[in-house]
Amino acid sequence: METTTLNIDIKEEQKKALEEIKKQGLRVLVCCGTGCMANGAMSVIEKFKELGANVSVLSDYDKVTIVPTGCHGFCEQGVLVLIPDFHTVYVKVHAEDVEEIYESHIKNGKPVERLLYTDPKTNEKIQKSENINFYAKQTRTALGNCGHINAECLDEAISARGYEALAQVLKENNPDAVIAEIEKSGLRGRGGGGFPTGRKWKFTAANRGGKSYVVCNGDEGDPGAFMDRSVMEGDPHKLLEGIAIAAFAIGADEAYIYVRAEYPLAIKRLRKAIKDAEERHFLGEKIMGSNFNLEIHIKEGAGAFVCGEETALIASIEGERGMPRPKPPFPANKGLFGRPTLINNVETLANVPVIILKGAEWFSSMGTETSKGTKTFALTGEVNNTGLIEVPMGTTLREIIFDIGGGIRGGKKFKAVQIGGPSGGCLTEEYLDIPMDYDNLIKAGAMVGSGGLVVMAEDTCIVEVARFFMNFTQNESCGKCVPCREGTKNMLKILEKIVAGNGEMEDLEILEELAHTVKDGSLCGLGKTAPNPVLSTLKYFKDEYISHIRDKKCPAGVCTAMKTVKIIPELCKGCTKCLRNCPVEAIEGTVKQPHKIIQEKCIKCEACVKGCPFKAIVLE
Amino acid sequence: MTDKKTLFIDGLEVEFTNEPNLLEVIKKAGMSVPTLCYRPDLTQFGACRMCVVEVEGRGIQSSCTMPPENGLKIHLNTEKTRRIRKTVLELLLANHDKECLTCEKSGSCELQKYSEEYGVRKIRYPEKKKEEFFPIDNYNPSIVRDPNKCILCGACVRACSEFQGHSVLGFVNRGSNTRVEPMNGKHLSQVDCVFCGQCQTVCPTGALTIKSAIDEVWDKINDNTKKVVIQIAPAVRVALGEEFNIDAGENSIGKIYAAARRIGFDLVFDTNFSADLTIMEEANEFIERLSKGGVLPLFTSCCPAWVRYLETQHPDMLKHLSSCKSPQGMLSPVVKEFLPKYYEGYKKEDIVVVSVMPCTAKKYEAVREQLLGETDFVLTTKEFARMIKMAGINFKALKEEKANSPFGQYSGAATIFGASGGVAEAAVRTAYNMVTGEELSNVDIKTMRGVDADSRTKDTVVDIKGTKVKVRVVSTLKEAEKSLKEIKSGTSDFQILEVMACPGGCVNGGGQPISCSDSSIKEKRAEGLYKEDENLELRKSHQNPDIKKLYAECLEGKPGSHTAHKLLHTTYTDKFTNSYKDLK
Repeated sequence: METTTLNIDIKEEQKKALEEIKKQGLRVLVCCGTGCMANGAMSVIEKFKELGANVSVLSDYDKVTIVPTGCHGFCEQGVLVLIPDFHTVYVKVHAEDVEEIYESHIKNGKPVERLLYTDPKTNEKIQKSENINFYAKQTRTALGNCGHINAECLDEAISARGYEALAQVLKENNPDAVIAEIEKSGLRGRGGGGFPTGRKWKFTAANRGGKSYVVCNGDEGDPGAFMDRSVMEGDPHKLLEGIAIAAFAIGADEAYIYVRAEYPLAIKRLRKAIKDAEERHFLGEKIMGSNFNLEIHIKEGAGAFVCGEETALIASIEGERGMPRPKPPFPANKGLFGRPTLINNVETLANVPVIILKGAEWFSSMGTETSKGTKTFALTGEVNNTGLIEVPMGTTLREIIFDIGGGIRGGKKFKAVQIGGPSGGCLTEEYLDIPMDYDNLIKAGAMVGSGGLVVMAEDTCIVEVARFFMNFTQNESCGKCVPCREGTKNMLKILEKIVAGNGEMEDLEILEELAHTVKDGSLCGLGKTAPNPVLSTLKYFKDEYISHIRDKKCPAGVCTAMKTVKIIPELCKGCTKCLRNCPVEAIEGTVKQPHKIIQEKCIKCEACVKGCPFKAIVLE
Repeated sequence: MTDKKTLFIDGLEVEFTNEPNLLEVIKKAGMSVPTLCYRPDLTQFGACRMCVVEVEGRGIQSSCTMPPENGLKIHLNTEKTRRIRKTVLELLLANHDKECLTCEKSGSCELQKYSEEYGVRKIRYPEKKKEEFFPIDNYNPSIVRDPNKCILCGACVRACSEFQGHSVLGFVNRGSNTRVEPMNGKHLSQVDCVFCGQCQTVCPTGALTIKSAIDEVWDKINDNTKKVVIQIAPAVRVALGEEFNIDAGENSIGKIYAAARRIGFDLVFDTNFSADLTIMEEANEFIERLSKGGVLPLFTSCCPAWVRYLETQHPDMLKHLSSCKSPQGMLSPVVKEFLPKYYEGYKKEDIVVVSVMPCTAKKYEAVREQLLGETDFVLTTKEFARMIKMAGINFKALKEEKANSPFGQYSGAATIFGASGGVAEAAVRTAYNMVTGEELSNVDIKTMRGVDADSRTKDTVVDIKGTKVKVRVVSTLKEAEKSLKEIKSGTSDFQILEVMACPGGCVNGGGQPISCSDSSIKEKRAEGLYKEDENLELRKSHQNPDIKKLYAECLEGKPGSHTAHKLLHTTYTDKFTNSYKDLK
């Protein structure tokens, strides 16, 4: 196959872009990820800009440029401000701190100690991000540029080697070689399924010749998951480049990015990125002077979780109700508008340019035997450092929770971790040291899924957790197949009955059988995985279910239904405040005599507990 | 020669060819799996999970969606498949009103059948409470929708969208709140439903049923002051027998006449007679339009669902629609007007006309404002079969009888009205004679025939002594919409458009015995009609002696006369903005 001569020299463009960036002087990066935005990133930027007008800077720089970036991942500590040239990261920055950073550090070279990160274990102040455990243990590939470039600036993307991989594959003009490289890298689908990406490309490419599509799945729906969002918001050009490489490899000239409408910032930035890239001929017709054309559309999803399922997503793009379709036929043969379609998740595609640039071998040198490269996780729950992380496959849960995550909040004891979102499973202490990869997690009864990690401490009620996830999947079931629609509803009813203190022992049997049937019998991935939280908690925490049912006790002390309001007679002074405050007249007693709760009437609203001046009333 | 392809079902090697899915291969091999949502004429849905099988190496698969592959090893009856099926039934029943004894579908309900087969004796899940029930939609003349019996198999949703392109019914809400409803929770009468009843033919339960007129008809039969006469539509004769274990396609019209008399109808007529009458008027109208530069193409107007579709969706196209009433619509006023002339003791105001139709939309047609009071009651094939059963008649053993004159004789051209293409074929046979004065020698116009899914649009050019007429035959409104688009864009080149809303025409109408699990049944019914046509001596409408007699004695001698216009033609209204104003 002949190589193509391109009319854009990407190396030249990179040089120009770097020069442009140099002109910015001292770059101060302010994280504008969703978490930091909520913490006031915009007012931090405003303040910087306000000061920037009449401030003199250190002699090496003729000016300061404030760069709004995508998510740094360390959301717990937002707003984050990075000054790369000073090797400094500031945490929990507010608008009122900006002046001090300016005066002390930018003008006089003296770091602001109080805004540096404090290690929770050593209480040490840490200036450099690479010395912070949260960052030190990570390897960022898909998120490589997130937080380091201005997501809305094409030149910044180019300076960070954006579109270099695309230029390379267009020049080499060998689509099969691209697929071979991806296959060799061992990249597997990051959206949850873990299907080998190269093989998926090969299947779709087998139908080259007619119209075919690339669809990028950005319908990130797991509660608490925001890795795809971070890529789309923080480095949209990398995603576009990944899509373009995929389209070139399989012979498509049209692509869709399906983004939830709840991600307006991602949509805005992707739209701008597409427009900018088209103007510079990185997308659109005759890309960089080659014969390759690609039109990318944004399709806003209406927020149905099930639309993350690829066939439901296709139906949704087609304008139909988002309901999964049976497979086969697989999208690779008959997908969007009946044409061969390659569907990859955002994170999967964001890995592609890096693999092309650094080579399959580099990528596959990370990870385990069956799972290569890195994986992003959204670390939430009872850990000290919540946020977005990217680690090599094979990293253990212990490293993630205790090193990167900084351990359990408030010195509490670890109880379990829910991996893979509502479709994943709950794992216990004994699994903390297994290398996390697709296959090990499946074996343990969980899944990588899209990468949600919810850490739970000793005071979490595991039955309540199962109920929470079941409520989510039940609400998000599309309602098409009976096991998922009716089965999850009845599983939820049983769980509700148990946490309400009305469970019976035979409910456990029915719950377990139904869970297996829903898993075996459902039409799509949502139903097939919805019982996982129940099955894994039944496996590891059955005694907790039994305490709820037989002893009517919630061991974690969470389920209100199992608790009673009590007045401690020794502490009660008989002031009658509680009696007057009770909305249901469930308290009796006379002045200066200890009062009593009428349990049959009590609705456990805790008005008495909160109002008692002598702390004589407790809910336990 | 191609290599033989086989797979293994429970160890048995079974050959397959072009079956679309495992379920059909299993069926062909003489075995079966239960299904509630699979309908061979609709897209594969895979929702009910009753047809699951275990495929070695692939786990649980729905057999209705998985294509057969060479060498596959599948197992129908395993612990998993049984558990899934039984659980599905139990879950569905927990969410069902379970009022089986009083259900219209009792005895033919698939949910009931499988619950019995699988021995569901206990429902371990909390059952739906009375206060959670939804109101029943009973506000139109044709169809009753009971959401409390709906199992969300989606067959009706698919039928409405895939046959009629109309999507009157759709899924709403998510999770366990999912329901099938017309738009915005309205009644069927408040949306532009055409009442074709196809939704009801594919419904596995009693969620969609036909609105019955049986009780009212019994009342009239029992009323001594009334003369109750009946007319039987073409497609009924080849389908009604199915309710009495007679093969689809076998013509039982003689038994039907006999049954009608045993039930107590005073006189028995045949809608085939008025089908011939329709041809006389419609062929005449076509020739008028053709020769005088009238609006072409001419649309047939026999199908009330099609008429309603045009009125509600394309009122600008109503000028194409033939002004002829349908055969049902013609016979009723003719009977009321002229019967007293031939039968002593019959007074116009005492005559009650009951029709037996393969169609649910005919119930709506009878209450159109233009036709109100002409056809008093419309029974579907299924309802009439129920009346026969109620009357304790041994249908199979009945001796064949003949219809009453003078509205009983018919030609072969009339009987083929029941299959898609029949009206057009019949019209050509007579138009040829009207234009040329000669008889068409080869009356079998095979290119207009065919009721399978591949024959929903058929074009035929007819040469009437040098005048070339292109006739288009269409079944389903989805296909009709394409032809309408052609006309609107000026690219159409046909002069006659026959449209029947039901796939394959009236043989497969919404009032016929349920046949949705077997696509070949409608083909057998159509064959039955063509066979009768072939065997009749008279095969052209204008040769029917009763028709000649009617024109001579009652209709001023010729089609299109003043009286003919008064009795046999109708008007249409633009219902685009104000649907259903003609419904009570």
